[in-house]
Amino acid sequence: MARKTPEPVQVVKQRRDAALNALVGGVPYITFMGISFDRRGDELTGVLSFEDKLIGNPMLPAIHGGVTAAFLEVTAMISLSWAYIWEDFESGALDVEALAAGNLPRLPKTIDFTVDYLRSGLPRDAYARATITRAGRRYASVQAEAWQDNRDRPFAQATAHFLMPRPDPSGD
Amino acid sequence: MTVDKAKIARQFIQTIPHSKALGMEITALGDGMAEISMPYDERFIGDPKTGVIHGGAVSALMDTCGGAAVMSHPDAPAGTATIDLRIDYMRAATPGQAITARAEVYHITRSVAFVRATACDDDTDRPVATATGAFTVEGR
Repeated sequence: MARKTPEPVQVVKQRRDAALNALVGGVPYITFMGISFDRRGDELTGVLSFEDKLIGNPMLPAIHGGVTAAFLEVTAMISLSWAYIWEDFESGALDVEALAAGNLPRLPKTIDFTVDYLRSGLPRDAYARATITRAGRRYASVQAEAWQDNRDRPFAQATAHFLMPRPDPSGD
Repeated sequence: MTVDKAKIARQFIQTIPHSKALGMEITALGDGMAEISMPYDERFIGDPKTGVIHGGAVSALMDTCGGAAVMSHPDAPAGTATIDLRIDYMRAATPGQAITARAEVYHITRSVAFVRATACDDDTDRPVATATGAFTVEGR
């Protein structure tokens, strides 16, 4: 895998997109919620596509608080997992084809999750980004923020702690 | 709590599109307490290797249940919105089993309701998750 010349752009993009698709597409709940991820290099933005089934208060109407929480949790967990496997699939240690075939790495487990609701979620698309504030071998702390029209006016923010999957050579 | 208020709260909760999408059903409601059940569904799986339900679906259940408890409280005249919610995940829910959340308003002021909730699967001695939250008290 010695790389003297830079890889062709298509190869890099194909590998990264395949890894991301495998990670996200492997989780049924993410599909059910209509959450997708926009990738720029290693930076991920969660996209929650609005649907009527996401409404929590039909009178306003507003997005369900549980949807907002779930969106932030999914964004935090995928961003953490993504950062965790990035080096491995970039170096070739993690085979992207195996990933795509469903041989996914174990996901981090949520220990606790706190969400602050700052304003009501409007019936339209929402976006979220997560920041890993600490990535230890066993525990990780992640913050996430979701917004709709204005990036500077988030409608919810969250803090979460995760238990990292243990690297297990037996493939557990 | 009057019969009418219980009925109104129940009807309102049953019209929430997302709660319907998750198949939630109210099993008990009244006087600042709510119990809501969510069936196991493969579409809600968060870990494809084990079939365990995603924490996000549990969050939605906890949030709905907390809000329902507030709406059913005699001192809460109208709607409510979540201010914050903290969820502790104690263990993975057993695949194939429904998850039932029970929430109670343990303190209420003119503007804020403080809620505690617990979620269990069939093994009711070992909670799957617990939550604490603050909710707004609206309309007075």
